[in-house]
Amino acid sequence: MKSRREFIKTTATGALILGSQSKLGLAAMLDKQTDATKSRVVVARDAALHSPVGQLDDKRVQDLLDRAIAAFTGREKPAEAWKRIVPVGKVVGLKVNGLGGKGISTHAALVLAICERLQQAGVKPSEIIVWDRNARDLEACGLTVSTDPNRIRCFGNDVGGYEDQPVSFGIANVKLAKILSRECEMVINLPILKDHQLAGVTFSMKNMYGVVQRPNELHPNGCNPGVADLNCIPTVREKVRFTIGDAMSSVYQGGPTFHPEHLWQPNALIVGEDRVAVDHTAWQMIERKRAEAGVPTLEAENRPPRYIATAADSDHRLGTNDPKRMHVMEI
Amino acid sequence: MFAVAALAIVAATAATGCKKHQADPFPASGAIAGWDKTSDTRTFDAKNLWQYIDGDAEQYISAGVVTTSTSDYKYQGQLEATVDVHTMGDPGGARKILEAGQTKDAKTVQLGDAGVAFAQSVIFRKGPFLVRIVAYESTPGAEQSLLALAHGVEAKL
Repeated sequence: MKSRREFIKTTATGALILGSQSKLGLAAMLDKQTDATKSRVVVARDAALHSPVGQLDDKRVQDLLDRAIAAFTGREKPAEAWKRIVPVGKVVGLKVNGLGGKGISTHAALVLAICERLQQAGVKPSEIIVWDRNARDLEACGLTVSTDPNRIRCFGNDVGGYEDQPVSFGIANVKLAKILSRECEMVINLPILKDHQLAGVTFSMKNMYGVVQRPNELHPNGCNPGVADLNCIPTVREKVRFTIGDAMSSVYQGGPTFHPEHLWQPNALIVGEDRVAVDHTAWQMIERKRAEAGVPTLEAENRPPRYIATAADSDHRLGTNDPKRMHVMEI
Repeated sequence: MFAVAALAIVAATAATGCKKHQADPFPASGAIAGWDKTSDTRTFDAKNLWQYIDGDAEQYISAGVVTTSTSDYKYQGQLEATVDVHTMGDPGGARKILEAGQTKDAKTVQLGDAGVAFAQSVIFRKGPFLVRIVAYESTPGAEQSLLALAHGVEAKL
């Protein structure tokens, strides 16, 4: 069995390049890796992430995050790795998801672990904004609202407001949250993995419903092409560049609200730049759990996440949903 | 670990479009042994239900929901739970939602016209009302505590 260092060396050499290729300084290019044409997705797991009574171990969350980012970037030291992901001197947004309530929201332990690593990479506290739709959603994540400009800010669109003028792509004609349009120069997407009774699965791309004023207008037809169209709006497409998906807990049925009878602990983070590949990987994880639980496939329930294929089509080009064009690293 | 700074929580009720509702099926603190009501009741009608349960609202709307009221509770200062009371247009709507949520591991309970319980949740219907109570932790005795709260809600419907 390879050591962690050997594994990183052989599978992720020179994963990301900073700066010049990206307006935002985001390490957007996979370079010199095993196959540079493939979208890299890291699925990092820790079976002992939860205690026997279901409590998350904060230290293990930090370690899991470090392993995931190291595998993705090819840099084992967290500060070095994060410098390949985030630009210095720019405001970085962390878009969480607390819609499902306390039982099934992005975990605060993950948010805090990321905030710590961002600061070690040189991002000032005042350059970090943690946000969601409103204070209630943030509380559901275990976060506390703060608007102190000298510290890490944490507030919702209910405080930040929405643009007066809508922007459009396809069927999406939306008013963006000002936190996205005006405050953040780069966004790290922190969705929580869930079944979704309309969309099939909600994860990376679907989490962008929390950055518009009336997301319910994008729900028709299983959120297809609503999800793909929304992610093609230039501000969303260009600023939301990286996903650290929370699959530490999930609901495989009954989502997006909390259904404890369908709660499950994959104990995983799903990390990647290609939001379509990330969502495809998450979808397969949900389907495997549904099969294990004896629940029909999403296709059988006539609600597969069709928006994923739409996001990959020639009209959207948001990423790939072709497993042959993905490099999924299970660590 | 860096801690996100604490400040006063910004009240969001105005922005989320909830409003007060006249009927109150929610037991007051202490009315059910061990249970405290820990939030104001918020009520949403069909057109703004998405603000509370975005992505889940459609199934209630298609079943004829008129209003949904919700309140948070805490048992013995520890176990947190949320009570949702959906007022449907008729009993058929409540039946439709309850049956959609049935799974093979559901335990039938004597509540209202029909009800089921799981380790961390109780769902029942009574006339046009569909009640869902969810706890956020799995603790010993949670199921019995939730059932006691559910009976308290049922008595007020």
